[in-house]
Order: sequence, then C-alpha cells, then structure tokens
Amino acid sequence: MQTTNDVTFGVTDPIFEIRNASVTFDMERGTSRVMDSVDMNIQRGEILGVVGESGSGKSMFASALLDAIPDPGQLSGEITFRPESGEEIELLQQSESEIKQIRWEEIAMVFQGAMSSFNPTMTIGDHFEETLDVHGYDVDDGMERGRDLLSELYLEPEQVLHSYPHELSGGMQQRALLAMSLLLDPEVLVMDEPTAALDLLMQRSIIELIRKIGQQRDLTIVFITHDLPLVANLADRLGVLYAFEFVEVGPANDVLTGSKHPYTRALLNSTPNLHTPREEMRPIEGKSPDPVSVPDGCTYHPRCPMSDDNCVAADPPFQAGSGATDHQAKCHYIDDVNEAVPLNLREVHNE
Amino acid sequence: MSSDEHVVSLQDIEVHFETDTGIFGRDSDIVKAVDGVSLDIEENDVVALVGESGCGKTTLGKTAIGVQRPTEGQVEYRGQDIWEARDSSGSSSIPFKQIRQSLQIIHQDPGASLNPNKTVMHTLSVPLRATQPQMTTFDRRERIHEMLSRVGMEPPEAYSKRYPHQLSGGEKQRVALIRALLMNPDLILADEAVSALDVSLRIDMMDLMLELQDQFNTSYLFISHNLSNASYVAGEADGRIGIMYLGELVELGPVDEIVKNPKHPYTKALMWAAPSLDPNADADPSSPLRTIDVPDPRNPPSGCRFHTRCPEAREACKNDVPGELAVDGHTDHTVTCFREDDHHDYWHSPELDEVSTDEADTAASD
Repeated sequence: MQTTNDVTFGVTDPIFEIRNASVTFDMERGTSRVMDSVDMNIQRGEILGVVGESGSGKSMFASALLDAIPDPGQLSGEITFRPESGEEIELLQQSESEIKQIRWEEIAMVFQGAMSSFNPTMTIGDHFEETLDVHGYDVDDGMERGRDLLSELYLEPEQVLHSYPHELSGGMQQRALLAMSLLLDPEVLVMDEPTAALDLLMQRSIIELIRKIGQQRDLTIVFITHDLPLVANLADRLGVLYAFEFVEVGPANDVLTGSKHPYTRALLNSTPNLHTPREEMRPIEGKSPDPVSVPDGCTYHPRCPMSDDNCVAADPPFQAGSGATDHQAKCHYIDDVNEAVPLNLREVHNE
Repeated sequence: MSSDEHVVSLQDIEVHFETDTGIFGRDSDIVKAVDGVSLDIEENDVVALVGESGCGKTTLGKTAIGVQRPTEGQVEYRGQDIWEARDSSGSSSIPFKQIRQSLQIIHQDPGASLNPNKTVMHTLSVPLRATQPQMTTFDRRERIHEMLSRVGMEPPEAYSKRYPHQLSGGEKQRVALIRALLMNPDLILADEAVSALDVSLRIDMMDLMLELQDQFNTSYLFISHNLSNASYVAGEADGRIGIMYLGELVELGPVDEIVKNPKHPYTKALMWAAPSLDPNADADPSSPLRTIDVPDPRNPPSGCRFHTRCPEAREACKNDVPGELAVDGHTDHTVTCFREDDHHDYWHSPELDEVSTDEADTAASD
C-alpha cells in the first residue's frame, strides 16, 4: 500500500469535507456496508455530479450529507459542513433538533418523485407557507420569494400555488418542489435523481433551469443520478461510485474524455448515445457486488478486463497517475487504462 | 389496404376519451389521445414510437395489439379486422383468441406485471400451457430452463424457483420478455421496456430483445420517450422511428434518416434532449422550445399543434393544419410541417412574437 493519499481533489474552498464516512446495516446474513469509508470534498459553489448504478450507494451518499440515513442504518465518520458565515459544523455531532434546523435552511434536498414529497391534501401554496412557518421565516416575504422562484422555473405562480399536487403534471410538480427547496435560501441543494421519472425533454429543460438558478444564487449543488449523460453537461466535477465508494473523481470534462478508471470507461461505453456508432456500444460484463460480501482488493476486479493478482491482493488508493492531481481514480494501473479500455467517443473528440 | 404482408396495419386511427373535469363533472372534455394515425408493421419489423408523456404513443401501441378499441379507423392483423373478429365471435377468418395471442406486451414496470406470489417457473409455465397444451411437465421445465440460460439467468434451476422480489429490475424484465416470447407472438409491444433500467443495463436488454427477435421471428413496437434508446433498438434492426406529438404522428422514417436528417422542429427538440457524452458537442445549452410544458391535450392548439412550442412557428401555423409530406421525394420519410413545402404560405407569413404565452410572460418579468 502507498502512503496516505491526497483526497482533497484540488478543492480549495470546501463547503463539505467528508472523511471516512461509512453506512452499515445489520442484516441476518451479515453486516451490509452500503457506504464504505468515503472521502470527498465539495467545493463551494460547484455542481458536483455523483454517478452510480442502482445499488452503488449513491442515495446513501445523499442521505449522509443531511445526516438522514434511514433506521436502522448507522452512519460513522466525519462530515464537516462549512457555511458561508458562521462556524464549521460537525454534522454527526449535532442533536436532532439542530440537524432539523440545518436541513432546508442550509442544506435543501430534492428527491425523485415529487408526488411523494407533497401532501396530496394540501395545495402547493399551503406547503410553501408551512415550510416558512415551521422554520420561523416571515411568510409574506417568503411567499414573494416563492412566486419569483416559480416564475423563474417557467410556472404561473398564482395558478401553481392554488393547485393540489395531482393537478400538476410530473414536470410541473418537480419544478414546484425545486422552488420549495430554495424557499429558505439554502447554500446547498442535494438532488437525488430529481428528474428520473420525467420525459427526457423535460429532464433536459429542468437541468438547464437548475444550472441557471445555481449560478444566480451561488448554490452548491450535489446532483446524484444513474444517468451519466444527464449530468455530463451540467456538472463541474464528477464523482463515480462503484460498490459503495468513489472510484473516480475529477473535473467533468476530464472524467468524460480521459477517464482513469476502467469502470468509468465501461459505463461510458455502455450508454446509449446518438453520437456513438451503434456497433461500438458495449454492455458492462458481470454484476454489481452485494453489499454483504464486497470483493477483496479492488472491488471492481471481478469485472475488470485489466485485473491481475495485484488487484485481488490490494485495494488501490486514490491516485492521479501521470495526469493532473485534481483528477484521481482508485486503480493500480491508471496509466494503462487508456490502452486497455479505449473510449468509444475518442474519435469524436479528435475531430 | 388490407394486405396479408402486414402483421398489423393501422388505418386512420382515432382514439378519443371522454374525461370529466371538475369535482361535479359538469364539463366533459374529449381528449384526442390518438388523432388520425396510419402505420403498417411488417414481419420482423422494429418500429419505435417516440414522444413525451401524453402524446398518445402508449394508446396507439395498445390499439396496435388489440387491447384498446379505436373510436375511428381500422386495425388489421394479417388482413383480418381485429375488432370485427372480436365482435363476430368466431366467424372471422382468424379467431380473436389467436390474434390476441399473437400480439403481446412488455410493460415499463416489470415488478407490477409479474405476480408477486408465483415463482418464475410458475409464471413462465402459463404461456407454455396455453400454446402447447400437450407438452409434458418435464419438457416444459427443460424449455423454461433453456430460456432462462439464454437470457443469462444462470443457473436456471435456481432462478426458476425465485419469486419476483428476489430478482433485480433487469432480471424481472427478462422474465417478462420470456413470458411474452413463449406465446410465439408476431408482434411485441415494448412499452418503455428499458426506461426503468439503469442506463448501463439498457443496451444489454435491447441487445437481448433483438437477438431473440431473430430466433422467434417477431416484430417489435418499441415505445420510448428517449430518442437514444429508440434509435439504438430500431437502428440495429434496420427499423423505423415515428415521432408523436399530441396524438399525431409528426414524422416517420428509417432510423438513420430521422437521426441524421430530422425535419420536424419537434424531432430536433428531441434530438437536443438526447443525452450527449461529448462535453463539446452541446454548444447550445438553451432549450429550442418556446415553452417547456406540453399544452393541455383536452384543448390542443389550433393549426399545427406544435406551434405554441415551435421555434420556427409563423402566423400560418396557427390556422392551417399541415398535411403529411414526403421528405426530398422519399416516400418512406414523411413529416407534417409546412417547412417541407417550398411553396406554402408559411414562407410569406410573419413570425410569431418572441413572447407569446403566459409562461413566457412571467419568465420575462424577472
């Protein structure tokens, strides 16, 4: 093993510092480790895209940022939140009431399926007022801000505020939820598959709105999805999750065009895409690991075309290889990846 | 019209639903889910229908497999009118029961379409019992194991004993696919069949569908809101893509024609939305649409239904309804847009105002 590696990933002003964060569930057939010693830094004001397949632990990462792991899950490690003003906060040391205050006011969240986030018997306006009231904000001022937000999201404020959730289309619900999450002017917005149930056209439209709103409000956005192409053009940096830990982190452009981890490359090559020749698309061989029995060494070795004894013996640390240090991957053979697992999109870039 | 070569032939299909609005149902509106669509599906054909929610693609698909009765128009299976067969109770040349067996469906949510209380073996025995009643239990089991191995569910002996909740999303979808195939269908309606799967598993599933197509001699009507998936599955099979908008088929053609030479502004908008992994490819981040939301289908816009969102719309589009035009003289690529007609009034009519809708009004105020 190498010495302790640098896991700041070139982040200079971290709003979040996550060290050694793990989530475990005790199950009959053993302990299920659904987040495994994750280290991550999130830069203030950036859009971080977190990409992983089903069962890679990406929703756990979202919940961890809010200290909202569902029972009986156990979250351990250190998560430091540094708000713009005020002192840094150790999230895992806070009492339940303190955490409740931080949620929504400082760190807001939007999950997949707006319908389940709204109470079906209350209008959107009632939800807005309740949110302001519970957190002790001035309701009139807050509603004014709410109307502006709705307009920015191409919604008719009065109409939407008087509607019940079921009276709105899926895309409108999701945008109303986005407006509500920004009502208390948070610093961080965590989104877990916020557009997954929507049409592609609506997904793309919402992504553009998120980008615009993020810029205007200096928001830090963590966007979690299984859909790599969706965040490809949105995120400043990308983190790729595999088997409950990050395996690659770096600037979005570098990750997409010069991935350092063979898994990221396989993921890119398996994605249906109008710009990739059909005959070059390849599914990823094998299956994602079970959280109860994660493979030894590098967790990707059973599926990796490059793996050898070394990969079975030792879990590779984050390293940059011969490239830039803000782009790192957990692989023993970073500098050989390019040749061993070529990227389909390569040709497009060289043109 | 009625040709035996077509597995399914749809002629001028209209499916209109009546809906009650308001709590007291004082108004009943008509939703024209499908409004005047014709489409032929051949043997070993793959047709992908692409459009947003509420565009009528699922309704059209269900009409094609005879589970939705059209309010106007004809649906034929190998020349036999499906609803005539149904109504004539047995006197038709092809009995309705046989037609329904030949036209199968795979749903978007595989979890909901499998009985949670039945094992994989039980679920897959049902179609075999129906199509081959003389088959022995042993042969049936062998056949099911063989199919499970074929789709990569190894070892089949273990998988066949499992219940749906013990399967992953992709595995459930495979079981649903096998179940449909064991009916020996001529056409399978795959309604968003890969949309619920992880992006990385979609190609795998689509490859499997196409591989089994060769073996089972079946056609697919593939429905998706994702143009990338549609173009992959239809492209591999040398099929066609149909683009639907508010109940109408606005563009239809071979996959490569649609992807490389899209004509309808709506098709171009769907292209814009299709995910691109190339960070440099998408220089234009702003949406090409005038408004984000689809208009209320109970009250579709006049003239060309797309004019309220179309970046190319002009005054003429508000009043006249565009007919189907062949693109560059190719009869297999058709589009309903005035821009394909060099002599249309469209070219002399003024452009629509930049800000023409309420949504845009409010958006412009900030």
